[in-house]
Amino acid sequence: MSLAHKGRWITMVGLVCLAGVYVRALAFTPVERLQGPAQKIFYLHVPAALWTEAAMILVGLAGIFYLFLKDPRLDRFAAASAEVGTVFAIIVLTTGPIWGKPIWGTWWTWDARLTSTLFLFFLYVGYLLVRGAVRDPGVRARYAAVLGICGLCLVPFIHLSVFLFRTLHPQPIIVKPSAPSLPGSMLATWLFSLVAFSLLYVGFVTQRYAVGDTDHA
Amino acid sequence: MGEVLAQAWAVARKDLVLEFRTRTALVSAVVFAALVLTVFNFGRDPTAVPTIDLAPTILWVTFTFAAMLAMNRAFQLELENQALEGLLASPLSRTGLYWGKLVANLVFVAVVEAVGLPLFVLFFDVPVGRVLAPLVGVIALATLGFVAVGTLFSALVMRTRFAELLLVVILLPFLVPPLIGAVQVTARLFGGRPLSESVGYLKLLAAYDIVFVSLASFLFRFTVDE
Repeated sequence: MSLAHKGRWITMVGLVCLAGVYVRALAFTPVERLQGPAQKIFYLHVPAALWTEAAMILVGLAGIFYLFLKDPRLDRFAAASAEVGTVFAIIVLTTGPIWGKPIWGTWWTWDARLTSTLFLFFLYVGYLLVRGAVRDPGVRARYAAVLGICGLCLVPFIHLSVFLFRTLHPQPIIVKPSAPSLPGSMLATWLFSLVAFSLLYVGFVTQRYAVGDTDHA
Repeated sequence: MGEVLAQAWAVARKDLVLEFRTRTALVSAVVFAALVLTVFNFGRDPTAVPTIDLAPTILWVTFTFAAMLAMNRAFQLELENQALEGLLASPLSRTGLYWGKLVANLVFVAVVEAVGLPLFVLFFDVPVGRVLAPLVGVIALATLGFVAVGTLFSALVMRTRFAELLLVVILLPFLVPPLIGAVQVTARLFGGRPLSESVGYLKLLAAYDIVFVSLASFLFRFTVDE
C-alpha cells in the first residue's frame, strides 16, 4: 500500500471517529448547566487548538533535526505539518467565535488567548509564504527550518503573555497541572475527540507528505 | 570570544560609517516615525479618549513600524555589487557578522527612537520626566528583542521575492510578545504605578531578549551560507 493510500485510510478512520464524536457529544453527553448546547463546540475547539500548537512544535523540531541531518524528508514533514496546522488553526478560529457569540455576546474580542491563536495562524501563514518565495529546495528547507525553530521558541512566549494578560477566555479545564475538572462523561467525549483529531492530523500529514514525495521525485 | 567581538565591531563600524555618510535611510526612518506620530494625532478624537490612555499604543506602534523599516536596510545594502559575497568570503565568523549587523541595527533604531521620543512627548504632552529612566530601560529591552529577530529575518528574506513585504509578514507575529510587554509596562509607568507592578512583563521582555539573541546568533549561519 502506498503512503498516500495509508494516509487516506487513516483520514477515513479519523472522519468516522469525528462523526462518532458528534453523535456522542450531541446525544450521549450531558448539557452543560450554564452554557447550554453552545458548550458542545468545546469537543471540537480544544482538540483542534491542541493540535494547532502541537503541529507548530513538530515543525520546529523537524527544523532542528533538518539543520543537523540535512534529510529532505524532515523538511517535507515540516511542510506537511505546517499546512495541516494552518487548517487546524482555521478550525479553532472559526469554532471560537461561534461559541463566543452566544456566551460572550460578541464574535471576537481582543483577549490574550484569541490574539495569540490569531498570531499563531499568522506565524503559519508567514512560514508557508517563505516556503513559497524560495525556489531552490535546499535553500527553502534551510530557511523554513530557521523560521520553524524560531516559531517553536515563540510558542512559550505567546503562552507567557497569555497568563500575564487579563483574559475572558475560560481557563484550561483539562490540560492543566491539577486534575481535569469536568464530569467523566464529558471527559470521555473529549478524549474520543482528541483521538479523532490526532488521527486526522496523522492522516492529513501522511497524505500531504506523500504528495510532496511525488513533487520532489 | 574577543575576536568575534572585534569582528562584530568591524562590521558594525562599516555599516554605521556608511549610514552616517549617506544618511538617506536614517533620515527617512526618522521622518517616517515623525509622520506616524502625526497620523496618530489625526486618527483619534481628543475629546473622547484622553491622550494618556492612547499614549503607550502610539509610542509602540511608531517604534515598531520604524524598527521594521530599519530592518530591511541591513542586508539589502549588502546585495548591491555582491558586497555580501565579499563579506562571506572574508575570514569573518558568522556570529561576528550577525552581532555586527545587530549592533548597527540597534544604533540605527536607537537614533530613530531618540528623535521619536521627544517628538512624542511634544505632540502628545505626556509627562515622561519622572519615569524617564525606567521608560528608557523598557524601550531598550523591547528594542533589543525586536532587532535581534528582525536582523535574523532580514538575512532570511533578502534573497527571496518581495523581500520587504515578506519581512513584515513574518516579523510581526514575533514582535507581539515584546510589544505586549512593552505596552503594558509603559502604560503602568505613564499611569504613575510603581515599577514592582510590572515585574512580570519585565521578566518576559528580558527572557525574550536572552532566548532570541542566543537563538538568532546560532541560526544566523544557516541563512547566509550557500
